[in-house]
Order: sequence, then structure tokens, then C-alpha cells
Amino acid sequence: MSTANPADKLYHRRRARNAVALVLSGCAAAFGLFWLVWILWTTLVSGMHALNPALFTKMTPPPGESGGLANALFGSLLMSGLAIAIGAPVGVLAGTWLAEYARRSKLGECIRFLNDILLSAPSIVLGLFVYALVVKPSGHFSAIAGALALALIVLPIVVRTSDEMLQLVPGAMREAALSLGVPQWKVTAQVLWRSARPGIVTGILLALARISGETAPLLFTALNNQYWSLKPNAPMSSVPVAIFQFAMSPYEDWHALAWAGALVVTLFVLLLGLAARWYLHRSHMAQD
Amino acid sequence: MILAPMNDIASSQTLEPLAAAAANESLRTKLAVRNLDFRYGDFHALKGISFDIPALQVTAIIGPSGCGKSTLLRIFNRIYSVYPKQGASGEIILDNENILDARYPINRLRSKVGMVFQKPVPFPMSIRDNIAWGIRHHERLKGGAMEDRIEQALRAAALWDEVKDKLGRNALGLSGGQQQRLCIARAVALKPDVLLLDEPTSALDPIATGRIEQLIEELKRDYTIVIVTHNMQQAARVSDMTAFMYMGELIEFGRTEKIFTKPDKQQTEDYITGRFG
Repeated sequence: MSTANPADKLYHRRRARNAVALVLSGCAAAFGLFWLVWILWTTLVSGMHALNPALFTKMTPPPGESGGLANALFGSLLMSGLAIAIGAPVGVLAGTWLAEYARRSKLGECIRFLNDILLSAPSIVLGLFVYALVVKPSGHFSAIAGALALALIVLPIVVRTSDEMLQLVPGAMREAALSLGVPQWKVTAQVLWRSARPGIVTGILLALARISGETAPLLFTALNNQYWSLKPNAPMSSVPVAIFQFAMSPYEDWHALAWAGALVVTLFVLLLGLAARWYLHRSHMAQD
Repeated sequence: MILAPMNDIASSQTLEPLAAAAANESLRTKLAVRNLDFRYGDFHALKGISFDIPALQVTAIIGPSGCGKSTLLRIFNRIYSVYPKQGASGEIILDNENILDARYPINRLRSKVGMVFQKPVPFPMSIRDNIAWGIRHHERLKGGAMEDRIEQALRAAALWDEVKDKLGRNALGLSGGQQQRLCIARAVALKPDVLLLDEPTSALDPIATGRIEQLIEELKRDYTIVIVTHNMQQAARVSDMTAFMYMGELIEFGRTEKIFTKPDKQQTEDYITGRFG
């Protein structure tokens, strides 16, 4: 059997290659997951110790006193909410323009390219931009400036997802709606948006997840505030900046608060991810 | 080369409808196509098409893939204008007006000339709203009148009995054949004069196809129907008039029995009998 069937030899060689490829890709996956699990585990274990009701009711403490992150949590919610309120509508409209009105135009291609650059711009640059544009002329840091910087992060994400989701709507649906003699803006607002809604909403949720952990743009804009503040034109605390400040400090109890903050942000992002998945799933179910 | 078939068409144009008119005196021209040319950028897709589509009849457009039959259909409601770099010249006369005239309001045209596409595309909303959505733009109907119109449209499309208890359900839950009948109901709900059907059964199974063909037979009492089909048996079954197209030209147009039994042109005969290169 030394002159074995060439097909058999080929088969064994392919099996061997398959095994090697499988082991390599398995190792790569394990390598990636290892760090992820480690990070999550450390955050969970260290954060759990500091997790207590005071975290949500007390203000960020001065050194040596006990406290919580109430003002930072509020600041994060307010600024993220404002950023979505500014960035999402503009982003959806811009994405709609790209997908529905400028799909094949030079200008559309150009703006799509610039948007992709903005998408990958370091967030600290966006923070500096708002610093120069808003903080410097007004003479003080403010929550508004922080929200604007975050909105600049939201914008390209929402533009990109809205554009892509609308492009996925079959051309036949566009034609069918237009063939009823209904103008394009109505077709877009009442049929195409509805069809692309699950994807667009998911994009907005992912943008919210992204900005809820952003620190750099807030350092130059909202700065920080040790006290409870509702004033949007004054400096405001946020969880990421509080984590940054507390983690860099020499105090044990501040470290614990930083871990708790990290855990809260991580859980929030996890929850948003789950919400996005649930929403997508529900929309698919409704179509079946 | 272009003129030769046109002359013949001109003769069949005058002869055929006249002969038919003797049998059916109500036969009049609904859409008159005159010297129609169409270009996609540099590609000359339709060359000097002229023929008359009679009212309240089913006119089938047949021909091999890429012959321009769908292109022709898509000019009748100017849906081609959604895309840039496409242009039609010549005339299409509908009720004494040239619909290719840029001043002809496109949304009025589309409310008079409805279209059903190859793949059924229900809108992502309820069955009721699928029908009502188009109507709302053109007319203000009060609750009861709207419900009546919706029922009327669904009955016309032979879908009423299957959906009357679930009008509020999402239309995406219907079967393919039901979805296509919903699309027909959606077009019919606007009370158009002309219905364009672009291979309406090519995505459907034989049973659903049979129902749609039966429906076409019923719809022609109220609507002028133009259907593009790949399926020659279907053209023979449902149509009164047949237009055979090849390479962007109208080769022959006449009564369906004649086109399928003793066509004037060799090319038509070759295609009908399946001896096509």
C-alpha cells in the first residue's frame, strides 16, 4: 500500500492542516478571552467590596471621609443624556441624507469618508476642540461643554449606523413606496426609517455605551465637581473622571470608590449591550 | 435597422387594435407609446418603441432577459427617475397628456399608474396601514370611509377573507403569495387607471401563481393591466395583447392568440417556439 491512493494522501494532509488551523484559532480566542475575563473578574471582585447604598446617595468625599458617587453618577447620566439628545437626531438625519439623498454623489462619498475619520479620532482631540470652542471663550468649565464633547463622539457612530442600516433596506421597498405617488421625504420618514429602526436604535444604544466610559473629553470640558450640582453651565462631576481622580490618589477608601465606579460603569455598559440585543431580537420576532 | 421593425409595428398598430375593436367596441387606447428611447448612461436600452396599449385589457411584454421589457414597464410610472443618469425621450400619452413631460406631476402619475414588483415588499407596519398609508397621502378619508376602502382593496385583491380578522397584525407575517396580493391591494386602493405588474409571480410557488393569474383576469374589468413576464405560458394564459421585445426593440405587437399561433416575424416565432439562440 506504499503507492496509496493520492486522494487519501490529499485527505490526510487536509485533515492535518485543519487540525493546526483549529488549534491556532482556538489559542487566539483563548488569549483574547483570558484578558477580558481577568479584567471583568478583577473589577467585579474589587468593586463588590465598595458597593453599598451610600454609593448612590452620598457625594464624592474629601480625603479621609466616607462618601459615595451620587454627584458623579448624576453628572454622567445628565451629560450622556444631553450628548445623545444632541448627537442622535443630528446623526440620524445626516445618515439619512447620506443613504437616501447622496448615495452615489461625490459630496456624499466625501462626507462619508470624513465621518469615518471623525469616528476614529482620539476622543482627547474632541475634548480639546470643545475646550477651545466653548470653555476658553466662556472662561469656565461646564457640563454643557462636556455634553458637547460627548455628542461629537456620538455623532459619527450614529451617522455611520443610520447610513448603513438605511442602505440595507431593499431598493424594492423604496420603489414600492415611491410608486404609490408619495413624496420621498414621507417615504423616508414613514417607511424606510421604520424598516431600519432596529439597527438605528441599536447604534444609538452602542454610542451611549461608548460615551458612558469616556474620560479624556470630559477632563477638558466638564472637569469635575466635588459637590452636588444641577447647573449645566458649571463644572460637573462624572463617573469616569471620578474614577480617574480617585484611582490616582494615595488613599485606600478612594481606591475602593474608584473600583465601585468602574463596576457600575461596566454593569451599565453590559446592560446597554443586553438591551440592544433584546431590542433587535424583539424586532426580528415581530417580523416573523 | 431601427426603422424596419417600426414600420411593421405601425401597420400592426393600426390593423390589430382595429380588428380587435370590431370584436370589442369599447376598446380604446389607454397608453400610446411614441418613438420611445431610453438610455442608462451610455447604454441605449430602448430604441424607437411605438405601440398602443388598449384600455381594460391585459397587455403582456415578453422577451429574453435584458431585452428591455422591465425597463419599458418602469417608464410608464417614471419609477426609473429614482436613479440618476437614466433618461427617456419620445412620448407616452395617457389621457391626452404626455407623461414624459417634466411638467407632468410625478406623484399624480403614480397615483394613476400603480405598480407591483417582482418581490413582494410589504411595508413594516400592519396589514391595514399597508393599504391606508398610500391612500392617506392622496385623500382624506374619515374612519368609516377608510375602512370601507381598505376592505374594497383587499377584496379586489382576493385577500379579504384571509386577513379580515387580523388587519392589525404585521404584514410581514403573511405568506409570500399573500404578501404579493397585499401589494396588489395597496396599488388598487389608490384607484389607479393602469396597473403595472413586473414579473409578479416569479417569486411565488405554483399555487400562489395560479391565484394571482386568476386575480389578473378579474382585475382587468376595472384596470388596464401591463404585465412583464419571463413565462410565456403565463403571457399566453393571462393576456389579450402581447408585445415581443428583443435587444431594446419592439419586434412585434398584436393580439396574443396571433403572436402565439402565427406571428408575422421569424424572430418572434423562434422565441415562442424556444428555438432562440
